[in-house]
Amino acid sequence: MVLNESDRKLVAAIQDGLPLVPHPYAVLAETLGTTEVDIIERLQRLQDDGMVKRMGVVVKHRSLGYHANAMVVWDIPDDAVDRVGSLLAAQECVTLCYQRPRRLPDWPYNLFCMIHGREREAVLRRLAQIIAANSLGDMPYEVLFSLRSFKQRGARYAARPATVTHG
Amino acid sequence: MDNIDRALVNELQDGLPVCRRPFDAISTRLGISVREVTDRIGKLLGDQVLSRFGPMFNAERLGGGLTLCAMQVPEADFERVTGQVNAFPEVAHNYAREHDLNMWFVVATERPERMAEVIGEIGTVTGCRVYDMPKMDEFYIGLKLPV
Repeated sequence: MVLNESDRKLVAAIQDGLPLVPHPYAVLAETLGTTEVDIIERLQRLQDDGMVKRMGVVVKHRSLGYHANAMVVWDIPDDAVDRVGSLLAAQECVTLCYQRPRRLPDWPYNLFCMIHGREREAVLRRLAQIIAANSLGDMPYEVLFSLRSFKQRGARYAARPATVTHG
Repeated sequence: MDNIDRALVNELQDGLPVCRRPFDAISTRLGISVREVTDRIGKLLGDQVLSRFGPMFNAERLGGGLTLCAMQVPEADFERVTGQVNAFPEVAHNYAREHDLNMWFVVATERPERMAEVIGEIGTVTGCRVYDMPKMDEFYIGLKLPV
């Protein structure tokens, strides 16, 4: 699935955010030289096709008091990854759960999940409960707390005119 | 941040409808005007409680490249390497984490073939080995943090 030229222009125009006005798509339409209905229909199609997951927000966890951001990485036998991954994803405090490749010998872990909490102790307590309740005691894991966040924004998918700089 | 801001952030995490007046439904549910909704979003962005308000893209479906990378960066070089890594427009997030692999960042490229180039360039510029760990499978959860 590839974006056509007009979709690319639309993505470029909205990737940094929607105009904060009652009719944001009318404003975009004017900028892009098209109609409000056209913008809405194309955006709806991008959403139906799964290219845009939703129109929403990127929350800065730290600003909201979620100071403990733990990436918990597990070494799970390949034939058990689906089961354990689904199980972890179902936990209320787990916000992401991915299978990734091991990088042996330095990195044996193949299942990654994120647990956000207001403080480290709470995250570790919760993790211990999950391990106990789901008989994961035999699975090697490590907890990587984040120390600092240097850059947190959405990814960029369409280049904008060269006169516009961004970082 | 007051209670209305908290309710607003929770609403926005669920996503806005794609329609002519996308803020109307939230305005009604929160009992504030559309103008107040947009003003508050502007303030939350300004205060950096929110880093972005807009479309959440699905990189794979868009045909781009997306991966998570880790590096082991000597403490003395950490600041320099952070600057070098973040200078790449393809680097979307970067976290210092407690581990031998102490720098973790997400790389997103518009074209998949650009991914190998970016990873190679980051390795060359920083002098650090880049461990590249693209997603193989995702276990579904609605991403949401109640605030």
